[in-house]
Amino acid sequence: MFNTASELIKLCKERNSKISQIIIEKEIESSRLTHEELIEKMKEILSTMQNSAKYSLDKEVISVSKLTGGNAKKVEDYKNNNKTICGKLINSAMAMALSTSEVNASMGRIVAAPTAGASGILPAALLTVKERLNLSDEDLVMGLFTAAGIGEIVVKNATVSGAEGGCQAECGVASAMAAAAVVELAGGSVEASFNAASFSIINVMGLVCDPVAGLVEFPCSIRNASGVANALISADLALAGVKSFVPFDEVVEAMYKVGKLMPESLKETALGGIADTKTGREAWKRL
Amino acid sequence: MKDYSVFDVLGPVMIGPSSSHTAGAARIGKIARNLADNSFYKVTFYLHGSFAKTYKGHGTDKALVAGILGMDPSDDQIRNSLKIAEKKGIDIEFIEENLGYVHPNTAKIVFHYENKESFYVIGSSIGGGNVVITNINGTEIEFTGNYPTILIKYRDKKGIISKITTILSNHNINIATMKVTRENKIATMVVELDNPVENNTIEAIASLNEILYITGINPIER
Repeated sequence: MFNTASELIKLCKERNSKISQIIIEKEIESSRLTHEELIEKMKEILSTMQNSAKYSLDKEVISVSKLTGGNAKKVEDYKNNNKTICGKLINSAMAMALSTSEVNASMGRIVAAPTAGASGILPAALLTVKERLNLSDEDLVMGLFTAAGIGEIVVKNATVSGAEGGCQAECGVASAMAAAAVVELAGGSVEASFNAASFSIINVMGLVCDPVAGLVEFPCSIRNASGVANALISADLALAGVKSFVPFDEVVEAMYKVGKLMPESLKETALGGIADTKTGREAWKRL
Repeated sequence: MKDYSVFDVLGPVMIGPSSSHTAGAARIGKIARNLADNSFYKVTFYLHGSFAKTYKGHGTDKALVAGILGMDPSDDQIRNSLKIAEKKGIDIEFIEENLGYVHPNTAKIVFHYENKESFYVIGSSIGGGNVVITNINGTEIEFTGNYPTILIKYRDKKGIISKITTILSNHNINIATMKVTRENKIATMVVELDNPVENNTIEAIASLNEILYITGINPIER
């Protein structure tokens, strides 16, 4: 049906549809699920996401390795009891992104979106706008279809694997998926969704994947927190009418090329970046 | 261009922290369990490469054990699997070992029995929760566990393939992929199917004279 953003935008225009509607049509065609079954299946995805995004807000969740944890609760408490710098919305979003990351690192249940390492971003972004815009769960399910459509374009034309493309391909793409969904949920145009998605990837182009001791913990959870902020500000830029000078398909291609140019040491091998610091190396030895 | 489902992008629903080191490991364990006789009293896991280096922090050990206990990658009891195995009286052993030129995330799972020879399965976790089983008790093989799969070893003779495919077709089963290899007049066939494997199909094929070994497994959730 479509392989690129430009094809998807064209389809949306021809059928006067939102991105989510086209993705749903495509999925029904290829999966043999009924409309109802498909929506029901996506509701289950949303429900897992909601649980993981809220789980660590009121308790200290520590990782299997015991290296990290407890940050979601810290940010949630800070937001509730302080004036903060960025305000309640961004702090709440970061707390939820950290929550899913901590659930993941403690062997809890999450939805890879598009990967486990970046799984905190999309749930946090959707739940944040749910509250901000008074949306229903049904609305958020539509947002998930839009996000999946953006992810699919990247999977087809580039990569979402940290081992292949660095963190830009995991957290960057998760932010792009979230940003596009948020724009649609806020009533923005199809083009605005893709502008937002472009901004999210551009903002972290070149971001390396350098997990300490090879574990999906630090700096991954911090980048989930910054990733949801990236998604939300990208959405606002696009909703304000700012356009990406370079279209999404080309941004994705650039991201892919940058990933190819990265040395192996910066692609999930834990041999470079933050992993290859005195503290990072010592943590690996201690495990 | 390959088409993707929305649930390839938003998914799998899995127990963290890593689709390759945790979800994939649980699937390798479960496929191995489905291939093995389940009266084992002890299981030894040989961990290779990145599995060996990072298994504790990723919970690869817990995921593998959860798999051989029959849990799916989304089971939130995975984190307690070592304790569950202990309660069931199953001995668990982990050994870091170089398994040679294999994928960095590879495990060899050896099932030990009281009164018969041990049995092993080797599998690799190749990313995103996807796995490849590469060896069953010395027979080199390649299948993913994404489809209902029948594995057959038989004395190579003219016409066996057509007998097997006739049985499948008589049982109204469509073949998705099929691979046959041969070593010392013994052929190994891997057939991936579009329809679930049923016992009566396996029995019908097993009744052919030339069959030395047959097993069927249904797909393991991703």
